Amino acid sequence: VLSASFIYIAALLRTSLVKMIHFVLLISRQGKVRLTKWYSPYSQKERSKVIRELSGVILARGPKLCNFVEWRGYKVVYKRYASLYFCMCVDQEDNELEVLEMIHHYVEILDRYFGSVCELDLIFNFHKAYYILDELLLAGELQESSKKTVARLIAAQDSLVETAKEQANSISNMIAQATK
Amino acid sequence: MNPFSSGTRLRDMIRAVRACKTAAEERAVIRKECAAIRAAVSENDQDYRHRNLAKLMFIHMLGYPTHFGQMECLKLIAAAGFPEKRIGYLGLMLLLDERQEVLMLVTNSLKQDLNHSNQYIVGLALCALGNICSAEMARDLAPEVERLLQFRDPNIRKKAALCSIRIIKKVPDLAENFINAAASLLKEKHHGALITGVQLCTDLCRVSEEALEYFRKKCTESMVKLLKEVVNSPYMPEYDIAGIADPFLHIRLLRFLRVLGQGDADASDLMNDILAQVATKSESNKNAGNAILYECVETIMSIEDNSGLRVLAINILGRFLSNRDNNIRYVALNMLMKAITVEGQAVQRHRATILECVKDNDASIRKRALELVYLLVNETNVMPLVKELIEFLEVSDQDFKGDLTAKICSIVEKFSPEKIWYIDQMLKVLSEAGNFVKDEVWHALIVVISNASDLHGYTVRSLYRVFQTSSEQESLVRVAVWCIGEYGEMLVNNVGMLDIEDPITVTGSDAVDIIEIAIKRHSSDLTTRAMCLIALLKLSGRFPSCSQRIREIIVQNKGSFLLELQQRSIEFSSIIEQHQNIRSTLVERMPVLDEATYSGKRAGSLSATGPTSNAASLNLPNGVAKPSAAPLVDLLDLSSDDVPAPSSSGGDFLQDLLGVDLSPAASLSGTGQAPKSGTDVLLDLLSIGSPPAQSSTSTADILSPSQDNTSVSSFQRISSPPSLSAQGSSPAQAAPMMDLLDGFSSSSPVAAEDNGLTYPSIVAFESSSLRINFDFSKAPGNPQTTLIQAKFSNLSPNVYTDFLFQAAVPKFLQLHLDPASGNTLPASVNGSIMQSLRVTNNQHGKKPLVMRIRIAYKVNGKDTLEEGQINNFPPDL
Repeated sequence: VLSASFIYIAALLRTSLVKMIHFVLLISRQGKVRLTKWYSPYSQKERSKVIRELSGVILARGPKLCNFVEWRGYKVVYKRYASLYFCMCVDQEDNELEVLEMIHHYVEILDRYFGSVCELDLIFNFHKAYYILDELLLAGELQESSKKTVARLIAAQDSLVETAKEQANSISNMIAQATK
Repeated sequence: MNPFSSGTRLRDMIRAVRACKTAAEERAVIRKECAAIRAAVSENDQDYRHRNLAKLMFIHMLGYPTHFGQMECLKLIAAAGFPEKRIGYLGLMLLLDERQEVLMLVTNSLKQDLNHSNQYIVGLALCALGNICSAEMARDLAPEVERLLQFRDPNIRKKAALCSIRIIKKVPDLAENFINAAASLLKEKHHGALITGVQLCTDLCRVSEEALEYFRKKCTESMVKLLKEVVNSPYMPEYDIAGIADPFLHIRLLRFLRVLGQGDADASDLMNDILAQVATKSESNKNAGNAILYECVETIMSIEDNSGLRVLAINILGRFLSNRDNNIRYVALNMLMKAITVEGQAVQRHRATILECVKDNDASIRKRALELVYLLVNETNVMPLVKELIEFLEVSDQDFKGDLTAKICSIVEKFSPEKIWYIDQMLKVLSEAGNFVKDEVWHALIVVISNASDLHGYTVRSLYRVFQTSSEQESLVRVAVWCIGEYGEMLVNNVGMLDIEDPITVTGSDAVDIIEIAIKRHSSDLTTRAMCLIALLKLSGRFPSCSQRIREIIVQNKGSFLLELQQRSIEFSSIIEQHQNIRSTLVERMPVLDEATYSGKRAGSLSATGPTSNAASLNLPNGVAKPSAAPLVDLLDLSSDDVPAPSSSGGDFLQDLLGVDLSPAASLSGTGQAPKSGTDVLLDLLSIGSPPAQSSTSTADILSPSQDNTSVSSFQRISSPPSLSAQGSSPAQAAPMMDLLDGFSSSSPVAAEDNGLTYPSIVAFESSSLRINFDFSKAPGNPQTTLIQAKFSNLSPNVYTDFLFQAAVPKFLQLHLDPASGNTLPASVNGSIMQSLRVTNNQHGKKPLVMRIRIAYKVNGKDTLEEGQINNFPPDL
């Protein structure tokens, strides 16, 4: 109990100093973690505790309730898209409605990138979901309000990777040819 | 090449994991993959490093440990190509956090990448820095980031701006370096760079007064102008959300204006028009529009007063409050909380709607609404509001009852116009949700009842009635038991009947029935039962005709496993049986409890708990979270502020009950005269209150009334009837008291242990060469913890050097060893080493202590080891 109160006090202190998104979670209906992004320092142990606690709270909530949960002096804004819950933890003072809009913004970009995104896309291409998130949020703040710009930046970086791969392949082909 | 690493692709591994039907299968797959990755790591495999790290990230998300992959991230980041760096930085952000030392190693790579010719690599480095940098890294890399704020591509400028936010939050001293570059971002046309620039300026103002002054002077007008442009901008497909051009930019501008306007009337004036325009023109049928309205309201409420605007803002909130969308109602409640300090009257107008929200079926909304109602209460509306809340308490969810009860109690205590109303409301709460009422609340109620002498009869009769229907509510039972014990005769004789009351017919035996039900309730805990026994003793004085039956009830607890109850049972039954002549004096009514002292003490403890924290169980000096009997001590002892929390023993309880100053009791723990301690209890019973340290010298001495001036003065302080102390200490009463002692000789060791007075020392370990003695004491107020003083003696003719004592305990115990007084033990018991141990027994009262020990030392340079187990601890430690 005592340590819980310390966490609470620490949370209060943290709240008064900064104002930002502290972390982003994607959790499936079954409670499986699909993406976690931490903008505030949480130890690995704290991270799994946070995930366990929050998925318990959020998955238990009924469909027609509001999209906000108060938790440890923070607010968690969540929204369900098909089988996935998108959650962002923000400070008490933050604009919850805007955070909902950010979640939607992210989902729309994912949707465009994958072409009607589903949970399986995010499982097998989880790193892509991270890359997109990194073009959208940075340091717990919104980075870009244009979906088109994010898509363009991701495409440019993907093609850099493709080019590098092709080069590597052609080099290994050349070596293979030469040593034949 | 490693035979494993060429095996599975990332995609195959994910498939394999997903194909697992049980957790054990999944663990097996992961174990195999991790083994392969470890092997690749140790072989410094380069071809598959990229893929292995991706696998590790997936494994990490499943919750398995992946620390062995941390260095792989650094290696990938240090590689030359973009693909390696991209995955390397991603792994760095996922697998590490800013508190890990490894992170320091990456500073140099980051510095190089921030200066890289490929802008996407610069972007990766900025992203990583912004997400995980520590204060040291912030200092090291701030100049690079500052320079990148002027990079040619706006996509790098925007990343640098957010990265700067992280830097100034970590190291606020650096803020001033960023002001100029941040100001130039405000002129950006690129939306990404603009919103991050506005955000950076806002955060600069938060950490630096200088920045705030600068931006207020230079930018207020241009920001107002910018917001105007954005609000009136034509359709922009790239940024459009629900017909609004870039709501994110709107919101950031409104937030920046808020910071600029707060506390500055001139700046606030400049923005009035545009705020009015946003407040009236924004679309309110889509979330994006409402998000802007919400931000606008907050800005209006925060900047300097403009009553016209504030009315507008409150109206928006009123509209929000009646919205069908739960999200909108939630934010309305949230904002009304902030508005209440500036526009209290306007918020009061929405009271009825807010009260409805307390009854909502959404827990988040209920919680917000309840907090708000709490702030809305004042002297004029307290009665109807509390009535509504209590009515709702009857039908609310179990989950919510705790919060609701706490708030109602707090409101009642704070705003109660009169005592009868206070008592009535508290009884209603106790009968509806007594199990949720905190100890300090019902303690306070008892103090209030005790002080309301004209309502004693009314209260005890009300409690009697309520008990009939709500006997499952623990705290109600306690208050009822206490009052019936104190004011039982008023219950029976209808004393002090108020006009509003219906007369009831209750006999003494009915009153005893109530206590009997309470003590036999299955769920009654130690505190309740102990209170029942006291009440029974008191009733035996009030209704002599029932005393035989009372004694029978009391005697049933003679065999209780709980020492507290056993002791009370034995003592009380012998008082009833053998000492009718002093009984009525013993069971006098409690002196009136001092409200001021109690509330002062409580205020002290509450402020330490914090205003909204439900964790009232912080270990406060006032003992909010002490074991069950301790609240009684708090309740009844009003004069022991400086005394360490007393142990929850019968002796203390009685001292408290009869209003004896507790300070002598504290000295009990040190003195420890076991055979005499039975006397203490009896002395206490008789309210002599002489320091027990003296009592152990001679019983006769204590009884001479001339001796204890201190205790008499303490009596006067709590205004107990003078007759009590006079009779209590008169020599005439000495003889029966001696008689009383006779009956107890067998139980006195029990009393001694329970008092925490003393425990016999033991020889914990003895071999031909070594002896260990243990002395025990208890920390006051903490019966679970035993302090052990260990003394080591060398029985051999040789000196022991490098002496080391180790101990191990089972899980239900916690052991703390202080350093020993030395590590050399002189020969032939010619000196000793002392060491303190502290053992906390989580199963106190259920399991005895047990300890396994190992002693290592050198005799003539030769290592010697002795081991043993200690099973002979005194019971009840």
